[in-house]
Amino acid sequence: MLEIKNLHATVDGKEILKGINLTINPGEVHAIMGPNGSGKSTLSYVLSGRDGYEVTGGSVTFQGKDLLAMEAEERAAEGVFLAFQYPVEIPGVSNTTFLKTALNAVRKHKGLPELDAMQFLKLIRAKAKSLNMNDDMIKRAVNVGFSGGEKKRNDILQMAMLEPSFAILDETDSGLDIDALKLVADGVNSLRSPERSMLVITHYQRLLSYIVPDHVHVLAYGKIVRSGGKELALELEAKGYAEFGSPEAA
Amino acid sequence: MAATEQTVEQVRAVTEQKYKYGFTTEIESDLAPKGLNEDIVRFISAKKGEPEWLLEWRLQAYRHWLTMEEPTWAMVDFPKIDYQDSHYYAAPKASKDKPKSLDEVDPELLATYEKLGIPLKEQAILAGVEGAGEMPAVAVDAVFDSVSVATTFKKKLEERGIIFCSISEAIREHPELVRKYMGSVVPYSDNYYATLNCAVFTDGSFVYIPKGVRCPMELSTYFRINASNTGQFERTLIIADEGSYVSYLEGCTAPMRDENQLHAAVVELVAMDDATIKYSTVQNWYPGDENGKGGIYNFVTKRGACRGRNSKISWTQVETGSAITWKYPSCILQGDNSVGEFYSVAITNNYQQADTGTKMIHIGKNTRSTIVAKGISAGKAQSTYRGLVRILPKAEGARNYTQCDSLLIGDKCGAHTVPYIESRNRTARVEHEATTAKISEDQLFYCRARGLSEEDAVGLIVNGFCREVLKELPMEFAVEAQKLVAISLEGSVG
Repeated sequence: MLEIKNLHATVDGKEILKGINLTINPGEVHAIMGPNGSGKSTLSYVLSGRDGYEVTGGSVTFQGKDLLAMEAEERAAEGVFLAFQYPVEIPGVSNTTFLKTALNAVRKHKGLPELDAMQFLKLIRAKAKSLNMNDDMIKRAVNVGFSGGEKKRNDILQMAMLEPSFAILDETDSGLDIDALKLVADGVNSLRSPERSMLVITHYQRLLSYIVPDHVHVLAYGKIVRSGGKELALELEAKGYAEFGSPEAA
Repeated sequence: MAATEQTVEQVRAVTEQKYKYGFTTEIESDLAPKGLNEDIVRFISAKKGEPEWLLEWRLQAYRHWLTMEEPTWAMVDFPKIDYQDSHYYAAPKASKDKPKSLDEVDPELLATYEKLGIPLKEQAILAGVEGAGEMPAVAVDAVFDSVSVATTFKKKLEERGIIFCSISEAIREHPELVRKYMGSVVPYSDNYYATLNCAVFTDGSFVYIPKGVRCPMELSTYFRINASNTGQFERTLIIADEGSYVSYLEGCTAPMRDENQLHAAVVELVAMDDATIKYSTVQNWYPGDENGKGGIYNFVTKRGACRGRNSKISWTQVETGSAITWKYPSCILQGDNSVGEFYSVAITNNYQQADTGTKMIHIGKNTRSTIVAKGISAGKAQSTYRGLVRILPKAEGARNYTQCDSLLIGDKCGAHTVPYIESRNRTARVEHEATTAKISEDQLFYCRARGLSEEDAVGLIVNGFCREVLKELPMEFAVEAQKLVAISLEGSVG
């Protein structure tokens, strides 16, 4: 599904990723944990194609294709999805308009016919219902006036609509209280499938009690320094990241 | 980084193909000699077979114009216009004697309008809506250079006493109405461009809605400048009698030419007691190329008089074209409880300049006005909102709400807001809100990460920014306008 080999990347000329190696198979959920400034968010932006994140070495192969050669929108159309740490507000654009435009752009890329207004509405209502979201939310402007939890759930709704084969969840737990966290995790779990892989980026073990990963990796100062099963998360929670050194040491 | 270069390339590629109305119609024109003098004014008047009073009015305006100076207060910059270097009359030759029916219109012209997506075949539109058992949604008056070449659905409208025809025809057929109202809202001495228009106007639309009649379809005029080295000076006059309602839309396009062409129109609206006029504009004159060469100078005077109690005039404009736009659709709120509205989207890209806004003159008691202006600048464009809210001493309880929002795309463009507020009544309430924003990198990336191309993302974000205004447009045109908004900004980000 996804193969990252010796990935190096810089931001504003400063090297942040210093040789990442990671293979994710279909259906697997991998968690990446690590201290602040370890490069977690940079990895998610490099994989999703944000401008300003320059790859200086290594390769990323996604479903046999060179992911790094694609524009952000091509990656999305090919099935890469990024759930944002801070979902962005777009005033005046309703969730339905936004998602319909996005979904049809992705369908067009895949050579599928575009959905008309009725088909789309039926689909989004069904998906919203399956995620316990009410109709009111899909009519509102994208993330405008949404609470932290609503924003994250809105991103999960977008994921449900776009049906990516690989989803990156970037600190999806940040800023959520425990109830909101459960709701979001339920949404994510309902989207787990043997064909869909996920990369869950988080600071805390808490989220991983709800979205249980198959593999856990520790990212520290630009490198994956340790990998293990789900129990690794609990160990980290107990010991902290101190044993993985400091920026100076890296 | 190569990205900058790529952007420049992208902008070039897109801007070169974006103006799809830039074609020219090969048709023989009947042209007045170049230049402007009293003989030309007489020539135009004679061409149209006008009555003596109108010729006198034109000459009076022309003589007054000679004493005036071109205004310089607007934030626009252009080389001095040589008024002697233009033709002031251009008409397709075939229409010397105005065609009586659509069948007689030159097929070349019909093809032109078809290409522009303007339906001039009544049958075709009727077929589309007949199932609903109602009247068609839009009647069109098509103005090609200096003359109106066709007006659709006149008969249907006549059944309800509605007059919808070219202003030339109105002068012949309804001189009493024209004489009573023309120049009553925008006097011949009003301003440099309006005065010039009074002297040399050639055609335009005329609408009269009788008492108590609700116009059953959208009325629209489609202006097309085709001939080169010509100016277009049209006049539109709309009168809504007591208790009537009309929604009117104008659209404009022109071929791509290297020279600048002047379009100086005058629009006058009159609303009597309890009457409502909704006037929408989708202005897409040729904006010039990406280096600022060519394009239309759109110097237009639009004004509505709410003469009667509880009358209402609502202006909605989507301005995406023209090299330079200079226009301030205004409302004179004379009748008690009358309402004025101005909803505007002005988009400028490349080297376009727009200085646009409105004037709300509160005279009557409890008069209310709302102004929502959205300016979007991209490329090296400059966009200015200029507005005046004036509350006169007798306007007890007058209210105004103004909202001006500017959106900048890139770092070489400018947005300016110049509001004037004059209140001479203590009970009046005037509010003004203004914001300036940029499309953020976060928003663009968020959209792209969901599969939207950068240009679709900009289109979507800008449409969201303009939503309050676009929703005021008649439904038939709202979709078109949304597309236009996106197209005008293509290539503005990279």
